[in-house]
Amino acid sequence: MSDAGHHTASSPSRPAALSAASLWLPPGHSWRRFPLIGLALAVVGLGGSLALGLTGGEEIRHQLWHSWLVGSLFALSIALGGLFFVLVQHATQAGWSVVVRRIAENVMATLPFLALLFLPLVILGLGDLFHWSHPGAMEHDKVLAGKAPYLNVPFFLIRAVAYFAIWSFLAAWFGRLSRRQDETGDREITRRMRRASAPGLILFALTVTFFAFDWLMSLNPHWYSTIFGLYFFAGSVMAFFAFLSLVVVFGRRAGLLSQVVSSEHQQDIGKLLFGFVVFWAYMAFSQYLLIWYANLPEETVFFAQRFTGSWRIASIVLALGHFVVPFFFLLPRTIKRNNTALAAAAFWLLAMHLLDLYWLVMPNLHPAGVEPSLLDAAALTGCCGLFLAAFGLALKRQALVPLRDPRLPESLTFENV
Amino acid sequence: MGLLRPSLPPGATFGALAEFTTPAALYHACEGVRDAGYTRWDAHAPFPVHGLERAMGLKASRLPWIVLVMALGGAATGIGLQGWVSTIAYPLVISGKPFFSWPAFVPVTFELAVLGGALGAVFGMFGLNQLPTLHHPLFASKRFERASDDGFFISIESWDPKFDAGRTMDLLRRLGAQEVELVASSPDLPNVTTRATE
Repeated sequence: MSDAGHHTASSPSRPAALSAASLWLPPGHSWRRFPLIGLALAVVGLGGSLALGLTGGEEIRHQLWHSWLVGSLFALSIALGGLFFVLVQHATQAGWSVVVRRIAENVMATLPFLALLFLPLVILGLGDLFHWSHPGAMEHDKVLAGKAPYLNVPFFLIRAVAYFAIWSFLAAWFGRLSRRQDETGDREITRRMRRASAPGLILFALTVTFFAFDWLMSLNPHWYSTIFGLYFFAGSVMAFFAFLSLVVVFGRRAGLLSQVVSSEHQQDIGKLLFGFVVFWAYMAFSQYLLIWYANLPEETVFFAQRFTGSWRIASIVLALGHFVVPFFFLLPRTIKRNNTALAAAAFWLLAMHLLDLYWLVMPNLHPAGVEPSLLDAAALTGCCGLFLAAFGLALKRQALVPLRDPRLPESLTFENV
Repeated sequence: MGLLRPSLPPGATFGALAEFTTPAALYHACEGVRDAGYTRWDAHAPFPVHGLERAMGLKASRLPWIVLVMALGGAATGIGLQGWVSTIAYPLVISGKPFFSWPAFVPVTFELAVLGGALGAVFGMFGLNQLPTLHHPLFASKRFERASDDGFFISIESWDPKFDAGRTMDLLRRLGAQEVELVASSPDLPNVTTRATE
């Protein structure tokens, strides 16, 4: 595209000069309270969960760790989506997305904090969550005995540490370089990040896949599905784009980024959200089709569980609400450019993502049917609170856009053709 | 409108053609033509000019609807054909599954939806653009060849209700046109050229 075209492109809604208020979180802005609000929610939610769950009997303790796992995965999956977004933008040298990349960097900056959510699970909850971790579990179970070289507690813990170490390292490294470019404007930093992004994506793909195997698939250690990592990944990235949509819509409403993020960027975020709705459905259906077609008992057990009792309704709601409805809703261009419509879709899809995780975890605890618990809400509140606090801290620490990224001008004038 | 021939205004004059030197000049001239109330006109540039559709006051394209209908038609064909074959025309029990085993039909249904959408997009675009057009009266203008190189043009067709050769050409000149000419409908008729400086 010739530069000449851009001159004519400057629509009246986009002023040429940027004010500081749109590039930094202004003093006294309500979003500066995110860390405090988040921390309060985390203390109340997680503290309440522990108080409620650890003082009751064994049954309520099981509920506690399952609810805790769903909440932690919800926050973690959004953060992982943010890390993926940053890596992909560097790998593809994307120009359009520079104005929203810092939001994704703030999202991935929550990863080291979210590791804290998995500590209690590892220390206290492992036995309640994972049947295979019981000392005598494999003695009468040939399948578990065969899987023991992979599925044993020490190796599981080493892997868990490795996942969070790799994610935290990637998030910190890319975040730090991006911040440094704000100060120095060094173009070489862009090239360094681009070179590192491809190996970073490989690491990301492997860690997310095995994380999903470890923390979700092994809840039912007899069952296996090779596509499961991708399934978790697809839902995670979709959830991130839903979160990004909300930040953009409500940020602009709160006077942030209003001069830098236009409805053109918003439309592209909406397109990606739509794309990952479809990608999730593609993964979900691919998994279902092969298991349904082959009809092998060790594979079908997963869906048999989820077609039992009221889980059947949850499965149908998931198929319709996570794919069919948002597919048609997000199809028109005008919806993606409309603040209210996009925010509504984003809220809805985040709820569906939560249902997806709940649907993956909970049938192992409540095989007879859906059984909501107060602990579900408490743990979710706490995990989201911690996420919000960490996100808010990152938001305050740095400019809202990569100030001196060489592609920032391109991003500012981006228009969908 | 016949096949391979664009729909053309009746009469000896196709319309007025104005040349501009920059995309910015074209953009602002389009705003002027739009505000003057013209409806049957077009802009020509060697590359996409961002926002030109707004400057021209174009309505949203109907193409997405064509794509949607074609995609849904493809999907309906896919599910319908497989369902009919499996339940009515040639029912077979395959690995003990019901005749109408919809999960097995999804891949083909999906592919036909994509095929229908893609065909709708390509041929819908051709149709709405009246392509392929083998000849167009504007080709009579020697200057118009630069529309694919470095020239920016507006053509206002003579069947526009507001069209009046003299006044339309005046308007285009006022809007900053470098050259304005009247283009004949048929290659046998001569074009009339006027310069902005005259």
